[in-house]
Amino acid sequence: MTQRDPSQRKSGEPRVESGEPPRSDLPARDSPLTTRHSPLRAADRGDDSAPLAHHFASLRQQSDAARLGMWIFLVTEILFFGGLFCVYAVYRANRPEVFVDGHHFLSTPLGAGNTVVLIASSLTMALAVRSAQLGRRAALVGLLGVTLLCGLAFLTVKAVEYKQKWDHRLVPGQARIASWFSGGAASPQGSAAARDQFRPDLQYVKEHLEPAGPGNLTEAQWARRVDNLRSFMGIYFALTALHALHVLIGLGVIGWLLVGASRGRFGPRRFTPVDLVGLYWHLVDMIWIYLFPLLYLIH
Amino acid sequence: MQQASHPTTPPSDCPETTLAHVVPVRVLLSVFAALVVLTVVTVSVSYFNLGALNLLVALGVATTKATLVALYFMHLRYDNALHAVIFLIGVAFLALFLVITMLDTIQYQPDVQSYQQGIR
Repeated sequence: MTQRDPSQRKSGEPRVESGEPPRSDLPARDSPLTTRHSPLRAADRGDDSAPLAHHFASLRQQSDAARLGMWIFLVTEILFFGGLFCVYAVYRANRPEVFVDGHHFLSTPLGAGNTVVLIASSLTMALAVRSAQLGRRAALVGLLGVTLLCGLAFLTVKAVEYKQKWDHRLVPGQARIASWFSGGAASPQGSAAARDQFRPDLQYVKEHLEPAGPGNLTEAQWARRVDNLRSFMGIYFALTALHALHVLIGLGVIGWLLVGASRGRFGPRRFTPVDLVGLYWHLVDMIWIYLFPLLYLIH
Repeated sequence: MQQASHPTTPPSDCPETTLAHVVPVRVLLSVFAALVVLTVVTVSVSYFNLGALNLLVALGVATTKATLVALYFMHLRYDNALHAVIFLIGVAFLALFLVITMLDTIQYQPDVQSYQQGIR
């Protein structure tokens, strides 16, 4: 198969992909309406095709290159979370009792439910990419909508779990956070150091820890276990909050895709944005797949 | 000038008119079913006390699920092999990070434990 060398294309000739006839709906190359470096936007072209940038040999190579760039970004995200997973690994190796105590305060059914919801959202996202590739606009919009709803369901369950922790004062630094919202008025302890102390609802803590461990413990031993709980809650909130932030950002981008999809901007020749957001969403799912057993399934 | 070459030949069910391979619906649905089954497996296994094996099984199942997501949902299986290489390189560096840190942690475990005994 022969293809014209792009560097030898004469000016005034329309840019074509090999094997395709020249586009009659596009202005000529030397028209003031288009320049070599800024082809018309999709909205002005009125269809779903992507412009072929001059440094790519074909639309397929351009699409591949976009995915390559996304994969490199995903690798940085993996290493980003890797830092927190390292914290988890070191802590668990040195202080396993922190995790054995801590997991009693997490609800395994809620975590498992969240896992299934996120996996389902990954499925609908993959189906949405497929719909975009096949040009099925209604299916694309519907599937993106379902993905968005699943993501919102995940965040709702997470909010319920966080509220549970907040109600029993299990959030590290809770008193300080609460004082931000109450304008510093509620500060019964007075000094900043006292306000930063971890003072969970001891009744609740003992209820959850007692069946698992020895019954009669001294005050010092209970204080130690409460301290362990603080470490666990710190790790739990750092990991899940960072993940939830990524989910939230993903939902925002999916919303942007939804707007574009309902305007018919994606189709068989331009589905790369849907594809790339899909890759990000699957990575977010993958990270949760690892977070779930590490935090919730320690028995 | 040659067309950009594909190191991997697209599978027979990949229509050449598309810019990338379209994953069949039945593949996506079976991967989803496998992922749900593996979730059920990992939750049920966690209720049995297998000692140190618990963590290994949990991580093994999680890795299997992640592999399925990467291969089929993220279409690494159907894409240019370079994408899979980049992903694996990322995972390799993560493994390097974790292994070296854990080597250090394990090395100093006796010191940490004797300190903890001392302040108890």
